[in-house]
Amino acid sequence: MNKENIVEEKHDYHGSKMGMWMFLFTELLLFTGLFLLYSRFRSRYSMEFHAASTELNKTIGILNTAILLTSSLTMALSINAIKEGKKNLSIMFQRLTIFLALFFLVNKYFEWSSKIHHGIYPNSPELLERGNGKTIFFGLYYLLTGIHGLHVIAGIILIAIMMLLTKKDLINKEAFIKLENTGLYWHLVDIIWVYLFPVFYLIS
Amino acid sequence: MNEEKRSVAGFKTYVIVWLCLLLLTVLTVAVSGMKMGASGSLTSVVIATIKASLILLFFMHLKYERFLITAMLLLTVMTIAVIIGLTFFDVWYRY
Repeated sequence: MNKENIVEEKHDYHGSKMGMWMFLFTELLLFTGLFLLYSRFRSRYSMEFHAASTELNKTIGILNTAILLTSSLTMALSINAIKEGKKNLSIMFQRLTIFLALFFLVNKYFEWSSKIHHGIYPNSPELLERGNGKTIFFGLYYLLTGIHGLHVIAGIILIAIMMLLTKKDLINKEAFIKLENTGLYWHLVDIIWVYLFPVFYLIS
Repeated sequence: MNEEKRSVAGFKTYVIVWLCLLLLTVLTVAVSGMKMGASGSLTSVVIATIKASLILLFFMHLKYERFLITAMLLLTVMTIAVIIGLTFFDVWYRY
């Protein structure tokens, strides 16, 4: 073997993980801005927010919460599997996670399209007629669940890439930090939904 | 180079945490149906925080990581509390 051609690759398990956590903190701050908007306007229009909240479909909200919580479970199990060298099991759990995430998006699609069909969307004439409180509620609803939805889509793409890498043995029992970091991202997406759900669907 | 083998949660732990999360979801929905007034929204946020903590501690391995990451997370959470909290010192006294 030609010694000049040997390149030392830097594998920094802890550094990688720290980097991901740093990114997650920036994501938390992103959603803080959005939740700040929500909380300010909720205190201003608490009656209207309560009324508007009843127009959202609680059942789909609960179902979506259960879906994302389960997808977090399957994601964690996929990482455990690869740590034990069980490649096919890990891929199966990753596939399951993607499936659950797609199920979540399909539900979101039905929710949004039903609202839009009833004339409730940002800047719609019908919505503007209902007064500031309800207009702002639905504006925030679309904004927050929309940005969250984009994060779900990004997560699906990431996990799909991890599935490919696992199939090619580039993610394996010795080197799994990419999958672990993807898991961290996915759990954050779940945590954000855990706050979104009561805040929009369950205003008492 | 081998990734460090740390003690992590096993299959059983994950499933138990998942069941707790589902139970807490049911609890949140039940509480929201009860007449609680202003404390109702606080309760929802508290339960949501318990759920988030479970996800952080077990699914995200925070319980098994070194404290530095938890410290940084707590710093972030305090920053968030200040951002939202201090805003209300303004907002509450406006109208």
